[in-house]
Amino acid sequence: MIRILRQIFSTGIVTEDVLGQEEAHIKVVGDRLEEVVKRRFSGSLAIRHVDAGSCNGCELEIHALNNSIYNCERYGIHFTASPRFADMLLVTGPVSRNMEVALRRTYDATPTPKLVVAVGDCGCNGGIFGETYASLGGIDKVIPVDAYISGCPPTPAALFNGILKAIEGK
Amino acid sequence: MSLLKDAIISALGEDVRFRENYQYPASVVFCTVPKEKFAEAAKAMKKSYALLAAEWATEETPWFGIFACYRWGSEYLIVKTVTTMDDPAFPTLTKKYLPAYRFERQMNSLMGVIPEGHPDLRPWIKFEDWPQDAYPLRKSFDASKPMPRVEGEYRWARAEGEGVYEIPVGPVHAGIIEPGHFRFQAVGEQIINLEERLGYVHKGIEKQFESMRWEDGFRLAGRVSGDTTVAHSLAYCMALESMSGFVPPERACWLRALFLERERIANHLGDIGAICNDAAFAFMFYQLMRLKEGILRTNSELFGHRFIMDRIIPGGVAVDIDVKGKEKILSELKCFEKEFEKLVTIYDENPSLEDRVRDTGVLLPEKARELCAVGIVARASGMNLDCRIFNPFPPYDQYDRIELDVPVLVTGDVHARTWVRIHEVRESIRIIRWLLDNLPDGNINGTIEPPSSEKAGFAAVEGWRGEIIYWLQSGPAGEINRCMVRDPSSVNWLGLEQSIPGNIVPDFPLCNKSFNQSYSGHDL
Repeated sequence: MIRILRQIFSTGIVTEDVLGQEEAHIKVVGDRLEEVVKRRFSGSLAIRHVDAGSCNGCELEIHALNNSIYNCERYGIHFTASPRFADMLLVTGPVSRNMEVALRRTYDATPTPKLVVAVGDCGCNGGIFGETYASLGGIDKVIPVDAYISGCPPTPAALFNGILKAIEGK
Repeated sequence: MSLLKDAIISALGEDVRFRENYQYPASVVFCTVPKEKFAEAAKAMKKSYALLAAEWATEETPWFGIFACYRWGSEYLIVKTVTTMDDPAFPTLTKKYLPAYRFERQMNSLMGVIPEGHPDLRPWIKFEDWPQDAYPLRKSFDASKPMPRVEGEYRWARAEGEGVYEIPVGPVHAGIIEPGHFRFQAVGEQIINLEERLGYVHKGIEKQFESMRWEDGFRLAGRVSGDTTVAHSLAYCMALESMSGFVPPERACWLRALFLERERIANHLGDIGAICNDAAFAFMFYQLMRLKEGILRTNSELFGHRFIMDRIIPGGVAVDIDVKGKEKILSELKCFEKEFEKLVTIYDENPSLEDRVRDTGVLLPEKARELCAVGIVARASGMNLDCRIFNPFPPYDQYDRIELDVPVLVTGDVHARTWVRIHEVRESIRIIRWLLDNLPDGNINGTIEPPSSEKAGFAAVEGWRGEIIYWLQSGPAGEINRCMVRDPSSVNWLGLEQSIPGNIVPDFPLCNKSFNQSYSGHDL
């Protein structure tokens, strides 16, 4: 136990101002994000992540939003287990044929008003996988999309930006 | 001298023919056998303790080629047989080798060849709403058009009896995770059977390779499984280079190894943290994710991408490292190692954690061998396998200088799989230091000629999950005729299924996380 406490104290707080180092002009994104989430979502934005066929690169970066450095919860953003509680669907990958039905059902299960954000180059337009017998292309081929976050995979900073864009746009 | 070659000659005699100047690198033995002797060849391989590494089919009009790749120690042997398109049947290997069960279901679904005597020919990857005659890997199949949906049914394995109930999970799971479907049959808390249903992320990757140019394929390979991007593109490049007879510059090989080890560290950190998190020990999760983030940021700073995607190219690597970069990595490692060791002590001394991870999700050594498991899963179940030692590319071929140490544990539980990861992180730190100390000067890439027609290339690379195999084949016009990808997940998913019965339902996430297999790499 003493080791755990010592480690906790020596680590201190590592949470950073978002994006400061990556894009100077959006140093304020975090604060804006917090402000919009507070105003529009009573301080709590619930996101349901759906992998519609990605290579799992985007998933790694979405995971990173939860680590102590990006710490998305301080802005009132959290990931929920069920689409029933979600305000936003964060969808990755080109939509594979085998996931099409599941994606539609998840979308239908999410209460309106809802936001859909397509993540990654594949989510935006099918990316390298394009449109084939097994891949239907971008997310907007299957469900309506409100915002797009490009990148392969997009960095955690880009994800924050895209989420902000989505909630400011509505 | 090749033990496997001798074994197959003594079992099949005149029936086996070895083909020269076809399969590259030359260290991989390639032979053809008549169709009716295909299973006999497997029997001979089984007798000499070889493991089945992969099984796949190709279309070489008017034939279907059926291939099985066996591994024993540092040797690989590929057995090929052909069937005609009118009669695409061949003897099944399932009775000799368990992993052939899935491989053959997949060949049957996607190529339409028929493994005769297979106990279970339900489609795999192919869903019930695909048209019956849709065989994407056949040349006549038009991959650019979407397929219509048809009515169909998938028959699940069932257990019946008083108190038996079924829990369906997925494909959209609770966390931030890839899609797959699991069916548990349980009595109370106890699981009596688990059946996996995968294929949700099937994107037609193997088919897509066939429409690509040789020099572009590495990009697609790098996106087979996003967390293993380095190892996958490396395996593709190595298979291609072996076909073209190209030897990459020494410095490029060293840098490739550096990327590979950094990928291994980053992913293992994430896994160890996630395992602890699933046992409700969030402290470890956050600490390790913090360390992982540091590694990714250094990657981004030095190599221009957090996961070093697209930095390994046919002919070498796309980015170099300078003296400053070297120093940066070395000073980072010093800090990192100290912190990591502190956390390992905490993991090791935490009884409540130990209670969850010990004797949970046990994959016994004999089972692991039967399933021909690879990578971390195999090493936690007593199998001493590592391509970095047994099928090395430079610089790993100097393993006596690197002193590469492969951790092998025998308990096969979650605890063992975590410890294998911990040891491997330590090893990787040491290897990176060695690599940076011995980094040779020179070019980092060269120009590679596209391979000539009717050749095959093979590469096996130890990714962080385990052995990744690529098998490339050029067609009559020198184009990509077939690219077979075998991610470690293709075999290790079977291991998860086998290790679950007897555990309680709430321990499943913990077991799943300790295996952490790729859905995308499996479904292709």
